[in-house]
Amino acid sequence: MEFELDTGNTAWLITASSLVLLMTPGLAFFYGGMVRGKSVLNMMMMSFASIGVAGLIWVVYGYGLAFGPDLGGFIGNPAGLIGLTVDNAASPTTAMGIPALVFAGFQATFAIITVALISGAIADRVKFGTWIVFSAIWVTVVYAPLAHWVWGGGMFGADGWLASALSLPIDFAGGTVVHINAGAAALALALVIGKRKGFGTEAMRPHNLPFVMLGAGLLWFGWFGFNAGSELAADGTAGRAWVNTLVATAVAMLAWMTTEKFRDGSATSLGAASGVVAGLVAITPAAGTVDSWGAIVIGLVAGVLCSLAVGLKYKFGYDDSLDVVGVHLVGGLVGTILIGFFATNGRYDSFYFEGSLNGLFYGGGVTQLLTQIVAALVAVVYSFVLTYIIGLALKATLGWRVSEEAEVSGIDLAVHGETAYENSGSTITEVR
Amino acid sequence: MKLVTGVIQPHRLDDVKTALEGAGVRGMTVSEASGYGRQKGHTEVYRGAEYTVDLVPKVRIEVLVTDEDVTAVTDAIVGAAQTGKIGDGKVWVVPVEDVARVRTGEHGDAAL
Repeated sequence: MEFELDTGNTAWLITASSLVLLMTPGLAFFYGGMVRGKSVLNMMMMSFASIGVAGLIWVVYGYGLAFGPDLGGFIGNPAGLIGLTVDNAASPTTAMGIPALVFAGFQATFAIITVALISGAIADRVKFGTWIVFSAIWVTVVYAPLAHWVWGGGMFGADGWLASALSLPIDFAGGTVVHINAGAAALALALVIGKRKGFGTEAMRPHNLPFVMLGAGLLWFGWFGFNAGSELAADGTAGRAWVNTLVATAVAMLAWMTTEKFRDGSATSLGAASGVVAGLVAITPAAGTVDSWGAIVIGLVAGVLCSLAVGLKYKFGYDDSLDVVGVHLVGGLVGTILIGFFATNGRYDSFYFEGSLNGLFYGGGVTQLLTQIVAALVAVVYSFVLTYIIGLALKATLGWRVSEEAEVSGIDLAVHGETAYENSGSTITEVR
Repeated sequence: MKLVTGVIQPHRLDDVKTALEGAGVRGMTVSEASGYGRQKGHTEVYRGAEYTVDLVPKVRIEVLVTDEDVTAVTDAIVGAAQTGKIGDGKVWVVPVEDVARVRTGEHGDAAL
């Protein structure tokens, strides 16, 4: 196909990419506020490190793995795309008139945030070097294949086996690739790495709720780029995604607060911030594919279910420290599966992808619902199993845990040689 | 000389300061403190996990006074800090051997 530049689409996607990149520092605040004051810097650094590692890998070969020519439906061939030597006439965005480099940059920001999301499950206790190595392996072995399956012409694409067997699975902006993927990986790592010392017995309440609110606000802002940008065009469907990202999130926040009010007695700021993220997660795969009513139901279900799911870790005894499973895995499943009920192909400026069907409530029967369930389950199993194996391999080689003493006295000082809030009583002893 | 220390509800601080100024006190030290007495703490819930917060925020006021001012100063603090509810705090007095003013090197009552 011949490439003809569309400046409107291109300008929007560059803008959207910048919005999505801001989500990762936003996540650093969201997560950082939730940990104890002695480990806030480490928590924030895990997010920032993801920008470093995934950003580099994406440019060198990650984009090629995800979006290179298809190899067996599983992975792309990166050979011709190393260092982003991309061709505008052979990009998923050629038809939209968006240069290949702009799309590659947009996709980089998705890889970055997905890695960063996992870190919340393993707060306060892991070696920074092991996290860096894990990030590099995970984005290569787990993230890039999933991105390829769904968006890179792999097995969940129009030519894949699921589209032939049932219908084309719908993942508008990353319910499977980003949220189910990060949530399942978080569960695997939480199980491999084990609990924080004192989990369930010592107080580990969030040290800075204003940080959590700030982070949730930045995430919501950036998420408009994530969802409305995923239309890959400045058009009405992008507007549909934008509006759904507003209303589903608004409802999820209200739903989480209401659940808390009845169960615990108060609507909390942490609950509001958590509801915001749960709603954003759930509407992600559906953003451009459901109408406003579908978005409202998705937000409602996500807000209630996620607020209940965050208690599972105490029942089952795994330390998913900041509820990546309860929010991202559960929220991702809610959105991905509810598409099977609410998908409205091509109506009200919604997205139309040839091969996908309307949802059960919109006259499409159960086929799309089954498709969504199969895609979600494959993503859960692949991400969980591969992450578990990577986690075990790193446990046996580099080791995951910092010493118990470092964990108790604070990982910030032990691992990064600095503290967030201890400002007095120091003298300068050497300068280099 | 005596050291009068009051641990009070943080929201009573302004009234206590005004009352102390009215009693002729010209200086004091105020610091944030936390603790509990008979009121114990309260509970907070974070994502369904309930925490009992047994140390609650208080303000500590310290005033150095001459022996004859002790009663007036103590009464001023108690009068201004009192709300009648559990958790209002305590005021206590201990003897002080000596006080020195750093700027001038004066000792004793002259340094107050």
